[in-house]
Amino acid sequence: MARPTHQDHPDALRRRLLGASAGAVFLGALPGASLGQAPGSGAFDWKRFKGEKIEIFLVKSPRGDLLTKFHKEFEDLTGISVGSEMVPEQQQRQKAVIEFNSGNPSFDVIALSYHVQKRQFAKNNWLTDLRPMIADKSLADPALDFADFAQGGLNYAVEPDGRVNSLPLNLDPWVVYYNKELFDAKGIAFPKTFAEMQDAAARLTDSGKGVAGFVARGLKNANVPVWTSFLLGYGGSFIDGKGKLLTDSSEAIDAGKMYQVMLGKYGPPGVAGFNWNESQSLFLQGKAAMWLDGIGFAQPLEDPTKSRVVGKVGYGVMPAGPKRQVSALFGDGEGISTYSKKKGPAWFYLQWASNKMNQTRMLQAAAGAPVRNSAYAAAQSSSDFKAPKQWVECMLTSARIAQPGLPVISPVTEFRDVFGVALTNMINGADPAAELKKATADFQPVLDKSEKA
Amino acid sequence: MNSSALPTVSRPGFLARRRRAYYIFAVPALFVVGAVIIFPWLFTVWMSAFDWRIGSVAHFVGLENYVKLATNQRFLESIVHTFYFTLLAVIFPLILGTAAALIFHREFPFRGVLRGVFTMPMMATPVAVALVWTMMFHPQQGVLNYLLSLIGLPPSLWVYSQTLVIPSLVLVEVWHWTPLVMLIVLGGLAALPTEPYESAKLDGATEWQLFRYITLPLLAPFLIVAAVIRTIDALKAFDTIYVISQGGPGTASETINLYLYLQAFAFYNVGNASAVVVVFFVIILALALVLLHVREKTKWV
Repeated sequence: MARPTHQDHPDALRRRLLGASAGAVFLGALPGASLGQAPGSGAFDWKRFKGEKIEIFLVKSPRGDLLTKFHKEFEDLTGISVGSEMVPEQQQRQKAVIEFNSGNPSFDVIALSYHVQKRQFAKNNWLTDLRPMIADKSLADPALDFADFAQGGLNYAVEPDGRVNSLPLNLDPWVVYYNKELFDAKGIAFPKTFAEMQDAAARLTDSGKGVAGFVARGLKNANVPVWTSFLLGYGGSFIDGKGKLLTDSSEAIDAGKMYQVMLGKYGPPGVAGFNWNESQSLFLQGKAAMWLDGIGFAQPLEDPTKSRVVGKVGYGVMPAGPKRQVSALFGDGEGISTYSKKKGPAWFYLQWASNKMNQTRMLQAAAGAPVRNSAYAAAQSSSDFKAPKQWVECMLTSARIAQPGLPVISPVTEFRDVFGVALTNMINGADPAAELKKATADFQPVLDKSEKA
Repeated sequence: MNSSALPTVSRPGFLARRRRAYYIFAVPALFVVGAVIIFPWLFTVWMSAFDWRIGSVAHFVGLENYVKLATNQRFLESIVHTFYFTLLAVIFPLILGTAAALIFHREFPFRGVLRGVFTMPMMATPVAVALVWTMMFHPQQGVLNYLLSLIGLPPSLWVYSQTLVIPSLVLVEVWHWTPLVMLIVLGGLAALPTEPYESAKLDGATEWQLFRYITLPLLAPFLIVAAVIRTIDALKAFDTIYVISQGGPGTASETINLYLYLQAFAFYNVGNASAVVVVFFVIILALALVLLHVREKTKWV
């Protein structure tokens, strides 16, 4: 809390954001209750920056596609013309670093994935603090309504020093997909705790029939969120206040042991090389009883042309660990380049992109899980919304208990790589304590350097 | 471009002027070589002396990056992986390609069509090939394990096993690039003289003797060319490995290229990555010298 604010509860992010938007929306803002205003209606002057042109830099994904498809709507609403570029995730991350480093990036608005880019962007001051614009009533649409945003998303948008660098768009909490048919056949209920989860995995594993009790990512780098999902439940965390890694703590080692048992013992053969796609195809074939991964896979699982488990998939909230029940969270949003000369129009774009209509569309197109709570009610009321009710419930519950699934640091890719190798080694029988000790020792200097420079 | 040798030329005559004119013609070539080869190269060496991550300030550290590499277990293992992969990915296509060439060199029905079919893998995009093979390797749903089960063999883990991953990746490489070796050797076979065979047959040589003592020595220069091309390709292999295993499981198939990519483009660790490039360059240079030496010798086989 570097900067004292005027509220009574300076540690409540939601309050702070609400304070910034003058508290106007606080009262009527229960999820689903405030439908806000349709864009363009009311007193808010969307045409203020008519004739300007802004550049948007997005990630090639269903969400990027969806926004791009409706850019015309934004142009009609505001009279601002939009140029956009979409590149695949890895390339977007590389290009962002290079462009920002040049001091003259080609874009005004940039999409960022919080678990990879948040700390990097904040540390280098690459994004504009949105607070002055949020507070300025002539610039902030009353329908912006932060009370409608899920807490996990707001946590991501706000920096430790209170800066608001972005608006969140999409949340990706980790959940447990489970095969109801396999569970019912053995008369097992969906586990509520880690202990029950291990027990269920043990009873559901049937190597004779090629059924794995549990499947999740074993491939290095990709596998780290699986372990952090356990770590958070054991009450562990990543880094202490002084920047020292806590990744060889007893909680971390317990999580490592759980990872080793769940994947090494109850996982399918070869799981050490599995990314989400191998896990998905196994689950789709009905050959895995539980699958821990991000929430975005309902569409293929319920698609009869791809899936043998249509209608049999349960969407379970991550079971509670010995200390806490936490769903590891990932997410992405959009921010404004600090070098942009068109911050006003760019801010308008951010508000439009995160408005309720776009958030509802995202859900309807199964392009992601929106940050706005109201989008769920809106999407469910439409007749062509196909996601099962349990999925929506799972999403809302998970978002409530969500915490960042990766440490918010600059060298997050290297973190994932170093610990990813340790985890893969565990699947192949290495000692969790020794592996984590080594990985922590390897990574601590990298982290120290990144925060010093 | 003004040569320092010029003032020492005592006779400012026609020859000296003509010699000066020669230099001017070399300028464009020198410029291009300087801009696209020498400058980047020197710049890489220069960067390798810095501790520099994109986004932070660079510090001069001299040879520290190299010292760290020399003790970096993961980097040293990546060199071993690179050699292991290269060795297998050169030898197998060479043997199979030569065998295929010998078969397709004979006359038989539909030879042209079959030869065309055989060379088709070469035309496929490596990333697409890698994606298809990834699906075929899947330990539970992959077609390869299904085929093994048909002939009563137990399933294999292929690229999902730390010990099998490199041989499995080589399998893709072999499928993809054996046709290239075949084409080179086929060209060689077509150019062989027929007289030695005729006289050897008169002397009662067997098929194996014909191959061992006539075909193979005469083909040697072509085989060396194929080996050189395959070695270059295998050393720089990246796309197939990156798509199929990403260097995994763990680091079991991490070659120098993959390690380099991680350092440079995932960790933005430019100083260290430059040092890796320099070491890799020295290794390639040494290997190239060995191959050139072998090639010189085979001319006299």
